[in-house]
Formats: sequence, C-alpha cells, structure tokens
Amino acid sequence: MHELSVTESILNLALENANKAQAVKVTGINLVIGQLSSIVDDSIQFYWDTISEDTICQGAKLSFNRIPAVLQCQDCKKEYSIAQELTPCPVCGSYRSVIIHGEEFYLDSIEIEKDQEMIK
Amino acid sequence: MSAIRVPVVEKILSANDRMADENRFLLDQNNVFSINIMASPGAGKTSFILQTIKHLSNEFKIGVIEGDTAPVTIDADKIIKAGMPAVQINTGGDCHLEAAMLSDGIKQLPLNELDVMIVENVGNLICPAAWYLGTHINLLVASVPEGDDKPYKYPNIYRGLNVLIINKTDLTPYVEYNMDYFRKGVELLNPGLITFPLSCRTGDGVDAWAEWLKTQVKQYRQGK
Ligand SMILES: Nc1nc2c(ncn2[C@@H]2O[C@H](COP(=O)(O)OP(=O)(O)OP(=O)(O)O)[C@@H](O)[C@H]2O)c(=O)[nH]1
Ligand SMILES: [Mg+2]
Ligand SMILES: [Zn+2]
Repeated sequence: MHELSVTESILNLALENANKAQAVKVTGINLVIGQLSSIVDDSIQFYWDTISEDTICQGAKLSFNRIPAVLQCQDCKKEYSIAQELTPCPVCGSYRSVIIHGEEFYLDSIEIEKDQEMIK
Repeated sequence: MSAIRVPVVEKILSANDRMADENRFLLDQNNVFSINIMASPGAGKTSFILQTIKHLSNEFKIGVIEGDTAPVTIDADKIIKAGMPAVQINTGGDCHLEAAMLSDGIKQLPLNELDVMIVENVGNLICPAAWYLGTHINLLVASVPEGDDKPYKYPNIYRGLNVLIINKTDLTPYVEYNMDYFRKGVELLNPGLITFPLSCRTGDGVDAWAEWLKTQVKQYRQGK
C-alpha cells in the first residue's frame, strides 16, 4: 500500500500551512477521506508517529472523517448509499451509477498553537 | 495556550497533482501523446509495449519509461533492443510511480523527437490508480490467467481507465475464465470502456489496438 507516501504528503501540507499561520505547534490534523479510497487509517497513524517526530507536528492527533459512499442511479436518478462496491440501485436494479460521495481525499484543517507573546 | 483551527481544504495529493500538470505541459509542448500502463506483475505490460512498437515503429517514435521497485534494467533493455529510447526509474521500493519520479524520467527522453511516450507503471492493481502522472490516457493490461473476478476485487483501478487490454487470450482454452463475467464487472465500473482482447504471444488482436492508437494520436494533434 501507499500509505507512507500519503502520510508524507499530509505532513508536508500540514507543515506548509502551519508555517504560514506562524504556528509553534500543531495539535490536530483533520482529514476527510471517502469510503471508496483504499486507505487504512491505522497505517497512516503508524507512519505519522514516525515521520512527524522532531517537527512541530509531533504528537498531533489525526482525525479521520470518513465519508460514506453515495451513488446516483443513472436510470432512475435515485441516490443511494452502499456498504460495498458494485451494489445495484435499490429502486430499479440498475448498475449504471455515478459516484456522488466517497472519493473525498483532503486535508480539511489543522489545529495549531501560537506563541502567546506573538499574539499580544 | 489555546488551539486555533486553521482551515486548509486542500487535496492530500495536491503536490503530486501540480507536478503531474507540469509533466503534461512538457508533453504537450513537444506534441507527445502519452500513455500510463498499469497492470498486475506479469500481466504482460512489457510484452504489450514491445508489440505496440513492432506494429507502429514505421509511423511513430515511441519513448518508454519503465518503473520498477528494484534497481534493474531488464524491461528498459528490451525496449532499447527493439530500437526505441527507454529510461528505467527505480521507485526505491515504492509500490507505484509518482509524478515527480516521472518528471525525472521524462527529462531523460528525447521528447522533441517522440510521437508517443509510454509509461510502464509498477506492477500493482491498487496503488498506481491513486497517483495522477500527467499522462493523456490510463490503460490497464488485464490478462486471462489472472482470473475473471479482478474488476470486482480492484474496482478503483477500473474506474479511472480510458482503455482496457485483455492480454493472453491464447490461454483461454487452458484456464477457467468467463469473459462475460469479467466484462460485466468492467461495464459496471466504467460503462462503455473501449476494450481490446489480444495476445502478445500470437499477435492476435494487436492490429485493432494499433489502429485505435493511431487515431488517438491523430485526434490529439488535431485537437491542439
Ligand atoms: N501465453 C502468453 N504469455 C504471455 C503473453 N503476453 C506476455 N506473456 C508472458 O507473460 C510473462 C510476463 O510478461 P511481461 O511482459 O514481462 O509482463 P510485465 O507485466 O511487464 O511484468 P512485470 O514488469 O514484471 O510486472 C512473460 O513470460 C511473457 O512471455 C500472451 O499474450 N500469452
Ligand atoms: Mg514489465
Ligand atoms: Zn435506479
């Protein structure tokens, strides 16, 4: 799996934004990840603990907001959620569908701390 | 100290995507139509590239970038032996190519002489699908002995395809493989996907693919 590269991308993005905001510490990383992306939360956490060491992101808490997959039937236009891939439309049985939700894969926000002196 | 929330809302792989856009720009500047070939290990990616070269070497100069997880040049050597420029990139154990790696490879090819650039991605059905490289089309080489259930098990890779090859059709008499079941799975994930069943062993069906590629290159040049 490619969790290591993904985790490195998350760290770079977080550091870039933390520096822009003049953070002294990053305490939280809020990720939005769709159900259809093949990413394992645990292994991201595992790599994170290793690669964030000695950066201002060390110890930051990773939160995963998992978005359930929602498809839209192209025949009857009904939107439906699925537990697994290749589920037909529950209304008309059609397999022709497009993905409305479930492919999300972004860094939503970071939680940071700033130097008190600098805020004053 | 109190925590402050800083909104980011940026795609996790945005740095890769930006690099991919640069790759695309460079290719377009040089009028090079590019193909990202994905497949499981041993499906026949290199054999397929060699067949493509054999069929089109009179019309096109084709450059090849070979991605492998190990520092070997086996595949690139085959391409060079077939008379086309090739570059081997070693991903250092990574399961997929990323846009930045491709960028290094592209710069080693004589882009201004090329008509087509083919990228042989690392043999893997999961990871390459997540990394946009900047190529014009995504192609998967599926092969008969892998089994007919692969679209059902690896849906993500099928969703992002522009063209599908079913290789090793010469082996259908020897393995249990239900082509209808396979193609139904593909149809569910990627309706209407253009598909070429062929055999790199016998050369059967390669003509149809080569004709299609010629048309794509022509349309690409006209569309610019
Ligand atoms: N019978 C048969 N064998 C084939 C066909 N195409 C390729 N092969 C064989 O399949 C094996 C793997 O082919 P390659 O072209 O090296 O496959 P690949 O996908 O490039 O493999 P990796 O780069 O190692 O992932 C070789 O032994 C080929 O001779 C085919 O159409 N029919
Ligand atoms: Mg190969
Ligand atoms: Zn329906």
